Amino acid sequence: MLEYARWKYILIALVLALGLLFALPNVFGEDPALQLAHADHSAVTAAEMHTITGFLQQQKIPFRRAYVQNGRLIVRFASVPDQLRGSDAIDAKFQKTYISAKTLVPRTPAWLRDLGLRPMPLGLDLSGGLDLLYQVDIRSAVRQILQTYTQDASRALAEAKVPVASVTNIATDGSAVPNTIQITLAPQADLAAAKRAIADPLRGLTITTSAQSGGAVIQATMPAEKIRARENYAIEQNISILRNRANQLGVSEPIVQRQGNDRIDVQLPGIQNIAEVKNLLGQTATLEFHLNDVENNALEAQQTGNVPLGDKLYTDTWDGQPVLLKREVIATGDQLTNATVGESTQGPAVNVTLDSRAGENMLRTTKANVGKPMGVVLITKHSVTREVDGKKQTHEVTTEKVINDATIDGVFSDRFQITGLTLAEAQDLAILLRSGSFVTPIIPVSENVIGPSLGAANIHMGIMALVIGMAGVLLFMAVYYKIFGLVADAVLVANVVLLTALLSMMHASLSLPGIAGIILTVGIAVDANVLIYERIREELRKGVSPQAAIRAGFEKAFSAIADSNVTTAIAGLVLWIFGTGAIRGFAVVLVLGIVTSMFTSLMGSRALVTLMYGGRRKIARLHI
Amino acid sequence: MEFFSHQTNFQFMATRKVWFGLSIALMIASLVLLFTRGLNLAIDFTGGVTVQASFPASVDLEPVRAQVAAAGFHDAVVEYVGSSRVIAIRLPPERQQTSAELRDRLEGALKQVNPGATVQSLSVVGPQVGSELKKSAAWALGFTLLFIFLYIAWRFHTWRLSLGAILAVMHDPILVLGFFALTQVSFDLNVVAAVLAVIGYSLNDTVVVFDRIRERFEGNRRLEPNVVLDQAINQTLSRTIMTKVVTSIVVVALLVLGGPVLRGFSAALLIGILAGTYSSIYISSAIALECGLTAEHIFPSARKTAVDSLP
Repeated sequence: MLEYARWKYILIALVLALGLLFALPNVFGEDPALQLAHADHSAVTAAEMHTITGFLQQQKIPFRRAYVQNGRLIVRFASVPDQLRGSDAIDAKFQKTYISAKTLVPRTPAWLRDLGLRPMPLGLDLSGGLDLLYQVDIRSAVRQILQTYTQDASRALAEAKVPVASVTNIATDGSAVPNTIQITLAPQADLAAAKRAIADPLRGLTITTSAQSGGAVIQATMPAEKIRARENYAIEQNISILRNRANQLGVSEPIVQRQGNDRIDVQLPGIQNIAEVKNLLGQTATLEFHLNDVENNALEAQQTGNVPLGDKLYTDTWDGQPVLLKREVIATGDQLTNATVGESTQGPAVNVTLDSRAGENMLRTTKANVGKPMGVVLITKHSVTREVDGKKQTHEVTTEKVINDATIDGVFSDRFQITGLTLAEAQDLAILLRSGSFVTPIIPVSENVIGPSLGAANIHMGIMALVIGMAGVLLFMAVYYKIFGLVADAVLVANVVLLTALLSMMHASLSLPGIAGIILTVGIAVDANVLIYERIREELRKGVSPQAAIRAGFEKAFSAIADSNVTTAIAGLVLWIFGTGAIRGFAVVLVLGIVTSMFTSLMGSRALVTLMYGGRRKIARLHI
Repeated sequence: MEFFSHQTNFQFMATRKVWFGLSIALMIASLVLLFTRGLNLAIDFTGGVTVQASFPASVDLEPVRAQVAAAGFHDAVVEYVGSSRVIAIRLPPERQQTSAELRDRLEGALKQVNPGATVQSLSVVGPQVGSELKKSAAWALGFTLLFIFLYIAWRFHTWRLSLGAILAVMHDPILVLGFFALTQVSFDLNVVAAVLAVIGYSLNDTVVVFDRIRERFEGNRRLEPNVVLDQAINQTLSRTIMTKVVTSIVVVALLVLGGPVLRGFSAALLIGILAGTYSSIYISSAIALECGLTAEHIFPSARKTAVDSLP
């Protein structure tokens, strides 16, 4: 007699149903589409949508659907030629208003989309696009902060009138990068006074002193966690800047992520123009803090063209209103050491930290100007290459934008808050401020461009290999194990469905090695079934009754299945940890495939076999 | 359908010395090849530039090489990828030029051969990325072997089986590397992934045999170890072959249909699977036997009862 607990049937049915649901979005294919967005991330309105759809109808360019998703307008076309015509027409008419991107939008039905179900995104090797790997110069990030400490300490000692012989940066840990500042005092200096003076500017550093013949020596070392924090800041800062700029490229789904210790990986699907992208990603930005001119009217200055002496008129501002700022600079971006989102009594705020020199200047200015507004200007520079008369010419383009205009509430120096913002505004402002502060240099270390046709060819080959390989296995199993082979086939198909579902749930992008992983998983999943069926055959040869043979087969094969899968999983996990990019994609598929194949072979196939041979009736012979 | 209609009874252990000799010879040959010829490392590891370009019709490599050299790329390696219409050009790392310029210059050179030539993909890898990858690949290999050794030692309670498993597991990737050194097929990051997967698979077989050895010993502690090992291998033989046949079906599908990107990957898997089948039959158990494996090593309690029953 064979039995299998009812809850296990229910569990299997539930997992399968969920698996089918999550895997479903992958079968609908994709429509060529255009994505239109505003450069400043503001949402595209329904009225704008009607203008554009009206324009397309008037131009007799057929499109499938148009809708606004996440503040971006998506226009779907039935074919690539339609998409290209639509793109050209819209660019010609609305180029200034929108950043447009050609993309592929999954043809997932609305009810699935509403459930939040999405197909697996395609990796760059399948979709075509540009992959850039940047290295962040974290050494210079540490050097820079040490430089600030040095300046602050020198100033504090000068103010306390402690005579100093020298202040230098040195490395005390044997590395090439300095991590310590060394202050050598003049012979007559008071060591205790010196320590008091530097206590505040060198807060958080480990301070040691030693008496030397020339004069006392103070060493202040950055603790390892402070260095790590600085390195992390440098990387996070660059990631947010790159992400911000990648979004302005009009790429449908740019991926900007940290890779390893000091690398940033930027993946731009659909992009082919390396030079232009690298330029835009590599643009530099600085910040300036200026006092507002409250005595003159900016609107009037804009209309008449008469800008008061000592002022500068800015028309590109955060709220679209022109602003008059005094030309005198209070602080610049390279004096800004940090900008983070924080909390204040008036809601979300941006906490800004300046170095001590800018702090002093800020103190003087705010003392005299409480209640007056202060503007923050972001200045970006990037080079644009244009073809003029067949020759390539490169121009430096500078844009200046007032990103914030806040009233000075009180007197402050090197640490202050910008308040009166919503959380989203505070996050945006912090990113903008950081992108204008000292930016740790990044160097591109690898680039990969994959043409769209190569991507399409790769996907075709991958799918072909999957279909043919799988068909071969299904056929072979059915011939070799007859009825049980068909059970194994059903289980194999379920395994691929569950694996697809898991990958879609994780939104893991599918690459060519990933497809190879799926194909390989088919091979592994077979193994568990083979172990079980060979065991059943063995038991039958011993003359055991069919049903006892089935039970013994499943039970005795278990330890072999578990052990052999664990060893493959070990290799997969190591790859997962050490691998990057496509290799990690392969490892993820391999490990998840082991999980799903254990489930389907052990539980699924047992449930099926029990359904077929269970109950009390006597079975003369097994077709195995 | 069955490969073996009845239980086989091959005496694998009796001839183990012959197979040891063969394995040692193959491994030495592989290592010699590895150190003399070396691997044909892809730019993943060396740093450099790879350009893949396609032509509307088949091209001969000679005119392409000539044009590429005329464009100033004297160290370029030009080869076919998959078909005679698609070529790959590999260049050593270039410092002075941006990738956009490189692409323009190369495309210009290729259009001299055939105006319909287009650059399909371009990758530039900095030398520092390559050397780091080498390091992390070596670490990955080391960690995989270490964890597997620990797992086997924990599961089977004896270093004799662990040692057999580890030697068998080292045997397979060494043969794969030997194959890559012999054929000079481009050795890229995907191949490293395949080698690690091979380690996992090869072990998979070994563990299934070990599992059966344990089971056989449990019932028949008085049997000679070599008899038990032969029984265990014979009883799992049809499974071993069946699984390999099925896995080979999918890997061959990948090799033939998966395109040039996956060629090295699937070749490494195929060689590894073949070597793994052989090593799990002939190497891993035989080494454990040479190390004096007996039932007591797997079931320590067996020794205790033996002592107790002494007069």
